[in-house]
Amino acid sequence: MILIKQIAIFLGLWFLGESISFYTHLPLSGSIIGMLLLVVGLELKLIKTKDVKDVANFLLNNMAMFFIPAGVGLMCHYRVLKQEWLPISVAIVLSGLLILTVVGLIMKKRS
Amino acid sequence: MKELINSPLVHVCLTLIVFILSKKLQQKYKTPLLNPILITIGVVIAFLLITDTSYEDYESNTQIISFWLAPSVIALGYALYSFLEEIKADFKKIILSMLAGSLTGILSVFTIAYLFGASKATMISLAPKSVTTPIAIEVSNQMGGIPSLTVAFVILVGVLGAIFGQAYLKLIGVNDSKSVGLSLGATAHALGTASISEKGPDFSAFGGLGMALNGVITAILAPWVIKLLLLILY
Repeated sequence: MILIKQIAIFLGLWFLGESISFYTHLPLSGSIIGMLLLVVGLELKLIKTKDVKDVANFLLNNMAMFFIPAGVGLMCHYRVLKQEWLPISVAIVLSGLLILTVVGLIMKKRS
Repeated sequence: MKELINSPLVHVCLTLIVFILSKKLQQKYKTPLLNPILITIGVVIAFLLITDTSYEDYESNTQIISFWLAPSVIALGYALYSFLEEIKADFKKIILSMLAGSLTGILSVFTIAYLFGASKATMISLAPKSVTTPIAIEVSNQMGGIPSLTVAFVILVGVLGAIFGQAYLKLIGVNDSKSVGLSLGATAHALGTASISEKGPDFSAFGGLGMALNGVITAILAPWVIKLLLLILY
């Protein structure tokens, strides 16, 4: 029962997030809005920590796994990836390193 | 035989078992190169090709797994909440670094792809590569990219970030949970965040924050930046 209640809270937040995203046309996905709602809900004590804790930890610990079905979709883009592998890989790698450097160094400064 | 293999039961079991085994493999050899996500994606693709199954079938069979992607993003709010005080204390710097990171990401991936001769659709599909899947799909769709190709890029970036991100940050002397979390979250979204979750709850929290802020900022900035770049380059 405890887990069911916790799952229901997450799905409820998700639905609330999707509704807000749908009606306000904010450029944000329902899940990101749901995440912000959870922070606000916990801070305002509308949601108790013990009502989300176990499922939150389960989801956080297994997050990477939920990406696998989307990742297998790589197989549909074999042709583009083969044709444009050079610009794609150089752009992805260099841009990734640049973001890591910019954010990492700004944060490190004076901290 | 084909109906038996092409079922949610078989595809979900296969995905879970390969993922568990590849996680064990990584724990045994302790090298980020044996990334469980990458191995599982590879094995599953091989299985689908051998059994002559389409991706559409696999995708609908494994919806029970991908369904939890959105709730797991929401769960990052729980991690964030635990570190709210630390975030408030450093708010200005965090926002500044995220703005700079998001702009750097969009501008660099777009121009580098252009210089190396990528097609226009590929460049637009690449632009939101560092943000979490649902936002990336929206940006790509809105700007004339190919959403499913964007998903492929998002995964590639995530896997690369998970494999090499930490080592690179160490190299440039970035070690504390705040800087590591924010920069990996902003670069490689949930997969980057997942790769540092074992280092402690503070790493996950800042990873989640980096991913959320970068997602929000990129969703707002990307359409304008892409429009401007297209105007300049074409």
